[in-house]
Amino acid sequence: MDLKCNGEITAEQALSETGVALDWIRREAFVLIQTMKCHRLFKAPLFIFSLLILLSGCGPKESAVERANREGILLRGNATEPKTLDPHVATGVPENHIITALMEGLIAYHPTDNTAIEPGMAESFETNEAGNVYTFHIRDAKWSNGDPVTAHDFDYSYRRVLTPALACEYVTMLFVVKNAEKYFKSHSEPIPGEEPMAWEEVGIKALDDKRLQITLKAAMPYFPQMLKHYSWFPVNPRVIEEHGGISSRNGQWMRVGNHVTNGPFRLKEWKTNQILEVEKNPDYWDADNVKLNGIRFFPIESADTEERLFQAEQLHLTYMVPLHKLDLYKAENPELLRLDPYLGNYFYRVNVTQGGPLSDKRVRRALALSIDRESLTNNTLKGGQTPAHNFVPPGIKGYPTNEFLSYDPQEAQRLLAEAGYPGGEGFPTFEILYNTRDDHKTIAETIQQMWKQTLGLNVQIINQEWKVYLDAQSNLEYDVSRAGWIGDYVDPYTFLEMFTTGNGNNDTGWSNARYDEIIRTAPLAGDDIKRFAMLEEAEAILMDELPILPIYIYTLPYLIHPSLKNWNPKLLDNRNMKYIWLEQSGE
Amino acid sequence: MFKFILIRLLQLIPVLLVIITLTFAMVRSAPGGPFSSERKIPEHILEQLNEHYGLNDPLHVQYFNYLKKIAPKKLDIGALLKFDLKEGLGTDLGPSTRYEGRTVNELIAESFPVSFVLGSFAILLALVIGIPAGTIAALNKNSAMDYGPMSMAMFGICLPSFVLGPIFALIFGLWLDWFPVSGWRAIGGFHWTENIPYRVLPVVTLSLYYAAGIARLTRGGMLEVLNQDYIRTARAKGLSTTMVTIKHALRAGLMPVISYLGPVMAGVLSGSFIIEMIFQIPGLGRHFINAALNRDYTLVLGTVLFYAVLIIMLNLLVDVIMVLLNPKLKFDS
Repeated sequence: MDLKCNGEITAEQALSETGVALDWIRREAFVLIQTMKCHRLFKAPLFIFSLLILLSGCGPKESAVERANREGILLRGNATEPKTLDPHVATGVPENHIITALMEGLIAYHPTDNTAIEPGMAESFETNEAGNVYTFHIRDAKWSNGDPVTAHDFDYSYRRVLTPALACEYVTMLFVVKNAEKYFKSHSEPIPGEEPMAWEEVGIKALDDKRLQITLKAAMPYFPQMLKHYSWFPVNPRVIEEHGGISSRNGQWMRVGNHVTNGPFRLKEWKTNQILEVEKNPDYWDADNVKLNGIRFFPIESADTEERLFQAEQLHLTYMVPLHKLDLYKAENPELLRLDPYLGNYFYRVNVTQGGPLSDKRVRRALALSIDRESLTNNTLKGGQTPAHNFVPPGIKGYPTNEFLSYDPQEAQRLLAEAGYPGGEGFPTFEILYNTRDDHKTIAETIQQMWKQTLGLNVQIINQEWKVYLDAQSNLEYDVSRAGWIGDYVDPYTFLEMFTTGNGNNDTGWSNARYDEIIRTAPLAGDDIKRFAMLEEAEAILMDELPILPIYIYTLPYLIHPSLKNWNPKLLDNRNMKYIWLEQSGE
Repeated sequence: MFKFILIRLLQLIPVLLVIITLTFAMVRSAPGGPFSSERKIPEHILEQLNEHYGLNDPLHVQYFNYLKKIAPKKLDIGALLKFDLKEGLGTDLGPSTRYEGRTVNELIAESFPVSFVLGSFAILLALVIGIPAGTIAALNKNSAMDYGPMSMAMFGICLPSFVLGPIFALIFGLWLDWFPVSGWRAIGGFHWTENIPYRVLPVVTLSLYYAAGIARLTRGGMLEVLNQDYIRTARAKGLSTTMVTIKHALRAGLMPVISYLGPVMAGVLSGSFIIEMIFQIPGLGRHFINAALNRDYTLVLGTVLFYAVLIIMLNLLVDVIMVLLNPKLKFDS
């Protein structure tokens, strides 16, 4: 998923610098304001204003959060205006927050466990002995327009994802299904004179209204985990057909009034750059257990504005925390601040195609060993991040987190000398590229300093606007470049897969035949123990060759109001919103 | 006068063509595209997306297609007043490449009224503060009544809105709790008056900068006028200072302010990005900036075009007002 670490937020920088100054003013001026509050002179305008508010018929005492608690409505900061609500078109995190409240897939999210299988639209499922055929039993559930949810709806939905003209960006998620990739290819690049593949040949079949059968390419024990991703969510075929058909991207079906859903909430209001509101869906199969009456998502781009709204009790939950406020919250209101572990890795890509010293793996290892990650996370970032000594973030059940890299300046110096650059002598100057943002800059400067001190290398740092940077990175027009990756599902595969030869997300030019082979065969291994052992070997190759230098594991910092209950840390920030509830104060 | 207006309107066409061409060339030559993201889109999917938005055609074909789509084909003032460019002019600015299923026409129609309300109240407030302040300063040249307002004005010009906005939100929103810290309308509100408190801080913040400019321009203009012979004549006739100032001096003294107002109004009406960011206002300014960052080609072109038309129209309006106020000027293209 993108957006977590991109640069779409712009005035942010100017605003955050103001924020630092404001912190100072805050401390200095607080006393003054307290006196002003009580002084007679300042009571007059306050009185007039209170009168105004009384006249307009609303009490000034109750805060937005208190009122929302009374009404059972969650107020949530959600970063940016959602690009779409279509689960088969969406890609970003803010969209994920909304879609998972509106819709439900075959498997739902467990309130605390990251990998537990919580029944969703499928009441139960079974696999055949070989483990590659799944039969899902669809429960008695309804769409919000009263239609029953049937196995045929899923069949249609997956056919929609695999329709090339829809251009679903997550289509590769469905390629685990037998013949799905062939079907997609035969329709996107039809061979003249040959019939494109018929849908019936794809391993997705509605046996009857209640039973959906999915045949995979091979046994994949992590398949139910993948089903939690929204690209596997169903849409209502009747509604899609009514508003443009299976391959239409006109987005009409998801407008207020047209939108039909099967999840705990349904769409109520949507105003661009202002608010998206969902309300409890009475047609949801488990509506009795949905505790909230609604959720309001606010697309707030500025972290400082969001934090002010939180302080003014107008939000239960923020999307982010301004970096310069972290220390303040840690010291003064630690109960409001959460730093949840997140399945994502912040790392540097190294361009290995230039033929210079960076193509030498000893040099890359020297670079990796001379980064003091503990110092970086503890003294520079201070947001609870964990130093990354390997590539796959911890927390995936059954997969070990090996310490491949540690801080070892002596070994780094030795390796650099071995490569022919003792003390950095004769090493050409190179650049660290990052997209324009304060935290990336701080990290780049810190690492620049570390490489200078330990290895004697002259490194320059350059920043580029988000899209320019993306372009430079995919065209391999860089030496070292900042990057981040958030898993799509809870499995090491979603991290390791990207560094195969020619993968669109590789972006380093690195290629290793043995690595490719493991990544290709691991999904077919059958059981998780064998599969994880293979992936571990792949990770070891990656950490030996080091086309990437892992730096830290992401955390998800956000602010939470104490009245919000059952909000537990989740590795992918996926929550089953029916379990969330609000506590009214004074009860 | 009508000939003057007609000629100016005809001049609009080549000017807009140049603007569209330049914007088109610039946005298309910027690195990256609307669909580039950290998680790369598979090649064949990108192909389909480009196909869907017509981005696979050769550039000149896309350019002429765009011109064809935006060319005015009819005129319906009623629909135009509702900001419906499709019904009003037959102009189709195309679908946004970022916001799926939403058209640029729609996004502008939705966000411009917000910016319009914010902007017009800010300008109004700026005039109400700026003109009296400037006039008082001019009348009391080189006294405390001059230095006072003028140093305030200097302060207003120097403090950018991204400093002033958060400070106001902090003091009047968070600490004193007089106004909401941000937002544009009361969520779940019942009556339009509930929205008023939301609009106070953004309007004031936006207006102060312009009020300062207006005060300084008024003072300059007034000082020049107050020394002229016809003012002395008016005084000699025994008119009171108030009468002289309001009836004779202001009319000429406000000329610089009026010419300043044209471009300022266009800028303020089409949204101030910073204010909209700080106060979480769903206006046009956010689209204007974000579209460029997101490489939302159609939205960039649409907002630039809209802004261009607005600024040209307002300049025309200002020119007309200037001639009407100043007998020395004539309608002459």
